[in-house]
Amino acid sequence: MISQMWREAGQQTLPVMFGYLPLGAAFGIVAIEVGIPWYAAAAMSLIIYAGAGQFLATTLLAAGAGLTEVAVATVMLNSRHVFYGLSLLKRFQGAGWRKPYMIFALTDETYSLLTSQSAYSHTLGFRVSLLNQLWWCTGTLIGIAVGSAQLFNSQGIEFALTALFIVLTLEQARRLKQSLPFLIALVTGLGALFLLPERHLLLGAIGSASLLLLVHYRFYQRRGDHHAV
Amino acid sequence: MLSDPIWQLILVCALATFATRLLPFVALSRQADHPLILHLGRYLPPAVMLILVIYALRDFTPLMPDWRLNMGDDGLPMLVASIMVAGMHLWRRNALLSIMLGTGAYMLMVQLGWSG
Repeated sequence: MISQMWREAGQQTLPVMFGYLPLGAAFGIVAIEVGIPWYAAAAMSLIIYAGAGQFLATTLLAAGAGLTEVAVATVMLNSRHVFYGLSLLKRFQGAGWRKPYMIFALTDETYSLLTSQSAYSHTLGFRVSLLNQLWWCTGTLIGIAVGSAQLFNSQGIEFALTALFIVLTLEQARRLKQSLPFLIALVTGLGALFLLPERHLLLGAIGSASLLLLVHYRFYQRRGDHHAV
Repeated sequence: MLSDPIWQLILVCALATFATRLLPFVALSRQADHPLILHLGRYLPPAVMLILVIYALRDFTPLMPDWRLNMGDDGLPMLVASIMVAGMHLWRRNALLSIMLGTGAYMLMVQLGWSG
């Protein structure tokens, strides 16, 4: 009975495993390459546990960014998680001791698995969350081993992050089918690229994009149009 | 241990990440339906993604100072690999495949030298 539910959780997380093992390994290799000690890289996958967030942290670490900047950039990057939680408020009710961990472990992939389960139970949800982080940490350890042993020339592997962001942007565009946020991102992103020093680029671009969205919201609210385009 | 900048950064990063995941659970659930929250929830994530693409490609330099094409790791390989990722993803919509193809192609180009 118990092992059957573990097997079900394992089957559900299989596609995430195929994504998290190589991506976690890529993170481990990149972390070693920019000079982060192996135990710090492993700790990041254990206590931060955010794919893009961890790559961003290595980038900021290599660029010598300040703590405030790291905090703000991380919150901005992960702000989408706020909206994940909003739709899981009811589902997580009554999860008891499992709830804090399930909130901590709420990555994009875990969110999509939990919200697509037809027969949801707290036990199954918890095991899916736990297994996903196990794949991520295992991948990180593999990457650390590969990166430290220099088994192969990993020069250029950090492009995996660029590729990930391109794929996520295309997925967002496919879902939204509206050009507004992408126009805003182009204007603020390219504007920040040409006007701001590199270490303030991300913060400046995301901050001004949020402001433009706020202005856009006020503008359409005043016109009484709730289906703002 | 806490005086080490790496551990400070990891802790700040961990707390900031957890805070974004925890926020809706400690906030009142009726705020979930506030139109501004819905507005930002709808438009901010896609904008952030494209900004991250621009950020990741910030070092792109197509031409060398002497007007020759730049074949280094911040030159044309960046552009070619990005187009491969986007093209592959529009064609097959398999995230892992697109990422692995583009990253593999980029690594080959910058390691083997592409200029000839």
